[in-house]
Amino acid sequence: MSITYLEAIREAQARALADDPRVFIYGQDVGAFGGAFKATKNLAGEFPGRVLDAPISEDAMVGLSVGAAIEGRRPIIEMQFADFSTAGFNQIVNQAATLFWRTNVPCPVTIRLPCGGTSGSGPFHSQTMESIYAHYPGLIVMTPATVEDAYSMLLEAVAIDDPVIFCEHKLLYYHLKADKLPTEALPAGKARIAREGRDMTIVAYSAMLHEALAAAEEVAADGAQIEVVDLRSVKPLDTDTVMASVARTGRLLCVGESWPWGGVTAEVIARVASEGFGLLDAPPKRLNAKDTPVPYHPNLWAAHRPTARSIAAAARTLLRT
Amino acid sequence: MLLSRILDEKLASLYRAGKIHGGVFLGRGQEALSVAIGMALRRGDIFAPLIRDSAGRLAFGEPVLDAVRTYLGSPLGPMRARDGNVHRGRPREGLLPMISHLGAMISVVNGALFARRLAGDRATVGAACIGDGATSTGAFHESLNQAAVEKLPLVLIVADNQYAYSTPTHRQFACHSLVDRAAGYGVKGLTVDGTDLEACLQVVGRAVDSARAAGGPQLIIATLLRLCGHGEHDDAHYVDPKLKSSPIGRDCLKAAEEELLRRTWASVEILGAWRSEAVHKVEEAVATAQREAGPDPFKENWCALASRHLSEGYE
Repeated sequence: MSITYLEAIREAQARALADDPRVFIYGQDVGAFGGAFKATKNLAGEFPGRVLDAPISEDAMVGLSVGAAIEGRRPIIEMQFADFSTAGFNQIVNQAATLFWRTNVPCPVTIRLPCGGTSGSGPFHSQTMESIYAHYPGLIVMTPATVEDAYSMLLEAVAIDDPVIFCEHKLLYYHLKADKLPTEALPAGKARIAREGRDMTIVAYSAMLHEALAAAEEVAADGAQIEVVDLRSVKPLDTDTVMASVARTGRLLCVGESWPWGGVTAEVIARVASEGFGLLDAPPKRLNAKDTPVPYHPNLWAAHRPTARSIAAAARTLLRT
Repeated sequence: MLLSRILDEKLASLYRAGKIHGGVFLGRGQEALSVAIGMALRRGDIFAPLIRDSAGRLAFGEPVLDAVRTYLGSPLGPMRARDGNVHRGRPREGLLPMISHLGAMISVVNGALFARRLAGDRATVGAACIGDGATSTGAFHESLNQAAVEKLPLVLIVADNQYAYSTPTHRQFACHSLVDRAAGYGVKGLTVDGTDLEACLQVVGRAVDSARAAGGPQLIIATLLRLCGHGEHDDAHYVDPKLKSSPIGRDCLKAAEEELLRRTWASVEILGAWRSEAVHKVEEAVATAQREAGPDPFKENWCALASRHLSEGYE
């Protein structure tokens, strides 16, 4: 048996619905149709009245989830594309994210964002939003990179008493496969060493993990051993694991698919520079998407985001520094 | 109504005396409509008031002390000095604390009603209050449509008080009456003279009953005039004097008192006694809250998450 990243998300939701009567799913086309990507395939039939189509109203979808959470429910909201969450932004950052701090009433809402570029999708179906949401207090932002994490972290997201922005990468949906679903997992907020090495640390998350691993493999041919850290969640951000890795390697490259101004890569480098400057043998480096909207054509798209090739090139430069 | 007016007047005087941080927002002229909402709802219902709903809050059961503590920044208030003035509530008791973005509370009420229905409870009604200004927001459209699609027992009350801050209604919408919108959403639309207590009690009461009896969402447009500034910082010089002298410019509290006297349901003495009682209640609450120390930033946990172990603990 093998299971894809997308199937793991579907299975996690099926299990959440089965295990916890407080869970329901609300989003566009999630009902009988099973979702634009089929992440809720057959769930409406298996759990009658608990997997419901929403009107094209991202603001009201999130608002409804907050009201239901106040009443003790644990809603899962599917944004059809992460890009569309901007239409529900106000409810996410001002309503959901502030509720607990203001009232002491928890807001256990999970908002699934199918994110990231796929070739041919263009500027409005390709965005990665983790840096925006991580900026706001009161939110947890998960960025699973593996089938196992997609499954276990989604279950964890539903169980957490706070609003979780669950960034699932569309590029991983179909081709990323595992033999079976995990029975145990690291908790949220803990990063993972995805590949061990002693010469340099690459910090990555979500789909960029796989580009970073491929880059590390490529550079290994030159004889350099690159350590790759998978952040898993960008908020909370596991600074300790990153710092420990940099302490071993002395070099840091941080890779993200979101835009270069601010964001997760800038945050990682700021933390390492301010708290672990003495650990560094060379100036830390980061690699992001280009500072333009995500392009449509595959030739442009492939050059817009970091890839194994561009990461390997940056790594080689950093190794020589 | 009377208690609300007296509370508002006290808050205004505390504001002028520099005793309140931030804004003060009064319900002067809207008490008849507001109190009718609070009275039509019952314990267990959901209520998302707006900034001018002190009367409705009190009628719904919010203690005077909650209002005073929140305005004076007491950590013993429901918002623990983390949020102030009208941004207060007790979500677990059905009283939702508004955020500042207009129209944003309507879908939260929808969600609470949706959750109740999932739990098999169809007897709960949810009321959300907005002004004429919020009808221009996308949130208003999305949430009223959502309530209609889900056939939720939502009563959406629009206090059409002629101004959104300083913007007059002719710069806010172009339809003849906001109630015309009800048909477009497939919800029931009702209108009421917001200065007439009896009419408000009847119309709001009927709408709440209808929502409770599976009649679906109800949109009430109440016409009235805001008899104060947007907040106490605003002298409302822009309000058209002709509106002030028109029937919608009458003071609903004064009108209600006159009606009580005319019907001999109360005497001048009784009205005076009610007023004294209200003044006493408000003074007592203010005295209590004023004795309470403000929040100590060193004792604040500065944690925005319920899952404290996931907080990053920035210093």
